[in-house]
Amino acid sequence: MKFQILRFDPDVDQKPYFKEYDIALEPSDRMLLDALIRIKSIDDTLALRRSCREGVCGSDAMNINGKNGLACITKVSELKEPVVLKPLPGLPIIRDLIVDMTQFFQQYHSITPYVINNDPAPEKERLQSPQDRLELDGLYECILCACCSTSCPSFWWNPDKFVGPAGLLAAYRFIADSRDQATNDRLDNLEDPYRLFRCHTIMNCVDVCPKGLNPSLAIGKIKEMMVKRAV
Amino acid sequence: MKNSKQPVGAHYGWKDWMIQRVTAAVMLVYSVLILGFFLVHGTVAFADWKQLFQSQLVRILSLLFFFAVFYHAWIGVRDVLMDYIKPFFIRLSLQVAVCLFLIVCSIWTVSILWSN
Repeated sequence: MKFQILRFDPDVDQKPYFKEYDIALEPSDRMLLDALIRIKSIDDTLALRRSCREGVCGSDAMNINGKNGLACITKVSELKEPVVLKPLPGLPIIRDLIVDMTQFFQQYHSITPYVINNDPAPEKERLQSPQDRLELDGLYECILCACCSTSCPSFWWNPDKFVGPAGLLAAYRFIADSRDQATNDRLDNLEDPYRLFRCHTIMNCVDVCPKGLNPSLAIGKIKEMMVKRAV
Repeated sequence: MKNSKQPVGAHYGWKDWMIQRVTAAVMLVYSVLILGFFLVHGTVAFADWKQLFQSQLVRILSLLFFFAVFYHAWIGVRDVLMDYIKPFFIRLSLQVAVCLFLIVCSIWTVSILWSN
């Protein structure tokens, strides 16, 4: 199977370049990550992140044939050859398929991604009704792989100011949480032409999310809440 | 030394977001009405067109439409400038230029609609 992988070693290379690989896959190599590990066994200079190999940790997000996705849950049989692999777009390349995710996580941290509740902690746990818990479905499953934010042009142009789809999905996850008491502060924090309103609903995020989540919908709900509290 | 801090948190946005949707709705309704006029009349001669715009209501609705277009354009173009033009002074200058241009367009629209 033929691959073209964007390679870059900052110690050696002036700029990134494509390296071609033509490898014979074993029958057990069913996912793209298996193929990459096969390539790595031939060329151990190839650098990539991976961990759980089952779409839970979000480490092996990369640009696969022009679309962001997780290598571990992408079937090789469904890929067009040559398979063109690039690091996630928009973030600085550390080496080969590894990018510097500092800005992505800074934006994530900026939305205070934890439940804020000033009531005395109960003995066991803060209970939710099944209906309240249902609100979190489609929000809590995010694995922070950054596929969505790095496919978003608004995040490419303003990664230092726009929270990005992943961060905004997480923001709504806490806004929607019945146990959280900081809704107003969270809306204040996001009410900004750059932090939230750079989203123009082009929905690249929805298109690429490997977990099938819908950040655009969550962002729409945040905007709706802002209008509701003001009108 | 230049201050390199990147301040964020202007606390506005929802009104523009809302206005963009409302103005879009105004544009849609007016466009459908005008399209309806053309469909009803078949061929529209200059005299029909002139007669249509003798009506105060048509003039006011047209003005509303054009104001909606200009406000919608302002928010859209401002967003594009915010996305792509990084140097602050150039961005501000372009925004002021667009703003002034749209104000001139608005005044011109009034003068056209109420001219004979």
